[in-house]
Amino acid sequence: MIRLEKRPQPSRVWSMATPLVAVLATMIAGGLLFAALGKNPVEAIRTIFWDPLFGEFAFYYRPQLLVKGAPLVLIAIGLSLGFRAGIWNIGAEGQYIMGAICGAGAGLALYPTDSALIFPLMVVAGALGGWAWAMIPAVLKTRFGTNEILVSLMLVYVAEQFLASVSLGLLKNPEGFGFPGSRNLQSWDSAHNAELITGTGMHWGVVAALIAVIFAYVLLNRHMLGYHIRLTGEAPRAARFAGVNPTRLVLFCLGTSGALAGLAGLFEVSGPSGQISIDFNVGYGFTAIIVAFLGRLHPVGILLAGGLMALTYIGGDIAQSNMGLPSAAIQVFQGMLLFFLLALDLLTNFRIALSKPEVV
Amino acid sequence: MDLSAINPVLLIASLMVAATPILIAAIGELVVEKSGVLNLGVEGMMITGAIAGFATAVETGSPLIGFLAAAVAGAALSVLFGFLTLVAQANQVASGLALTLFGLGLSALMGQSYVGVKPPQMSDIHIPVLSDLPVIGPILFGHDIILYFGIALTAAVWALLKFSRAGLVLRAVGENHDAAHALGYKVIRIRLMAIMFGGACAGIGGAYISLIRVPQWTEGMTAGVGWIALALVVFASWKPWRALLGAYLFGGVTVVQLNLQAAGVAIPVEYLAMSPYVITIIVLVILSADKSSAPAALGRNFHASR
Repeated sequence: MIRLEKRPQPSRVWSMATPLVAVLATMIAGGLLFAALGKNPVEAIRTIFWDPLFGEFAFYYRPQLLVKGAPLVLIAIGLSLGFRAGIWNIGAEGQYIMGAICGAGAGLALYPTDSALIFPLMVVAGALGGWAWAMIPAVLKTRFGTNEILVSLMLVYVAEQFLASVSLGLLKNPEGFGFPGSRNLQSWDSAHNAELITGTGMHWGVVAALIAVIFAYVLLNRHMLGYHIRLTGEAPRAARFAGVNPTRLVLFCLGTSGALAGLAGLFEVSGPSGQISIDFNVGYGFTAIIVAFLGRLHPVGILLAGGLMALTYIGGDIAQSNMGLPSAAIQVFQGMLLFFLLALDLLTNFRIALSKPEVV
Repeated sequence: MDLSAINPVLLIASLMVAATPILIAAIGELVVEKSGVLNLGVEGMMITGAIAGFATAVETGSPLIGFLAAAVAGAALSVLFGFLTLVAQANQVASGLALTLFGLGLSALMGQSYVGVKPPQMSDIHIPVLSDLPVIGPILFGHDIILYFGIALTAAVWALLKFSRAGLVLRAVGENHDAAHALGYKVIRIRLMAIMFGGACAGIGGAYISLIRVPQWTEGMTAGVGWIALALVVFASWKPWRALLGAYLFGGVTVVQLNLQAAGVAIPVEYLAMSPYVITIIVLVILSADKSSAPAALGRNFHASR
């Protein structure tokens, strides 16, 4: 009979290997899914994972990798800090939306002034918007013991309704012929989050994501606060004896992840998406959860995982237009990846042993 | 604005319809949590049940078979969660989220050819004399059978948890899995059964939305009902009858805001539409202080290491 034995120490080898094995397993299971949909599985997998990087039109798709990956990495870095400490911010999508609304709103209030200060102002407003939205579950948790998972999630639906409201009202483009949605920030230089190096897809959001990765790495490995975060996640009781203040930790983790999600929203709305509209958000806040886990809640891992997840988005788009693969198939694919990852994590913490059946 | 267009009798009758999917899903989750497992995948199982039930009902022409298929689909999906958390020892919060993300994608994929299709109608039960009574008739005796099933389910789960041996064992597993294990109860098997029951209930709740409440299929149509059901379990402090009360409260908020939208109240539609979520948060805040009846082992994984 197969039995599980808890490893005294989590296996380092498996900890690094599981994401890779999970990706392989997902490719196989995804291939079966694509075959079931009547598509050539090998071609589908190649289209998703190979073509964007090395295919004929890769020069066009490679910059997209940074554009799609940056918000995912930015949000996932924030989420991972909380996840490590057992603080579950599931509402990044809402914080992303509120960051975009606050940032774009701050800019649009000054339209059509031209000033180099407008964009930095928008960045600050975006971060604050996301931070404030995340403070709601944080304060309710610390003051009343309310479950942060449910509250942060409910706030996503509230934020979505608020987004619809401002796109139709407060922030609607007065010259937009009655269509919902704000002015296009791309056509207003002071507020445009333009490409920094032409043709690379590199914009301020990418820079911010890289800074966040470095910041998180230093925090977790070189700073007392990072040590407290790790300790709380691994041994909550010990953490309390070590003098960790749980209230401050909750406020810090939720606040940071909210601010980073807000930043991601602002960079998206002032750059690639260009305007506040009813459905400018595309679920980055939820996909970032997968990115955080796929990256083992480790900053460098998240950077790689964000790239991989961006690849599935871009490859999925190509597969959609070239092969008629439904866009929902990619969503299933991403969900599967998380399943395999969680299941294979078993190998990190447990050893599979063969033994005689025990009398229970 | 014309509030007189709102008919209180119809309002209460539609409140019960709006409450039923939340109620059935919440009762299922209540049983899961009583066994000590926190399954955050309710939303994913509901939406999968919604499309599975819808598709089956359209293909077979029978809503009842649709509900059956929804229950099977919800339970099947929940087995994935059961495997992850019970066998592979994965984190319950992460696994539940995975289930929701996966379910949302899967349902969108399955539902592609069903957008805009009309499902077969479920007929309301008409008891000759009773349903003709004024006021009470349409409120209590003119509904579809699943609505009554929801109420019966609440009563059954309450009785099962309170009076039966099986209920006692379930609660023991949820309170202290190590002690229950030492007493010889099969913790993993009991929890898996509870998880599958919860999955089946979530599936039926989802199908109620796509087959009766709306009735049509649109992507992501559960729109957070699964999460409200999770909040409802906390609100009910793990007591079935309070879940019924809470479901009717949330159903009431949903129906009243829809009626106000239709009546053209001066409040913008978006603010009315966010009200059920805001009220859920407020209720959570008020009632979160009382965690006295939460199962002690809730959210903790069990591994028989000796």
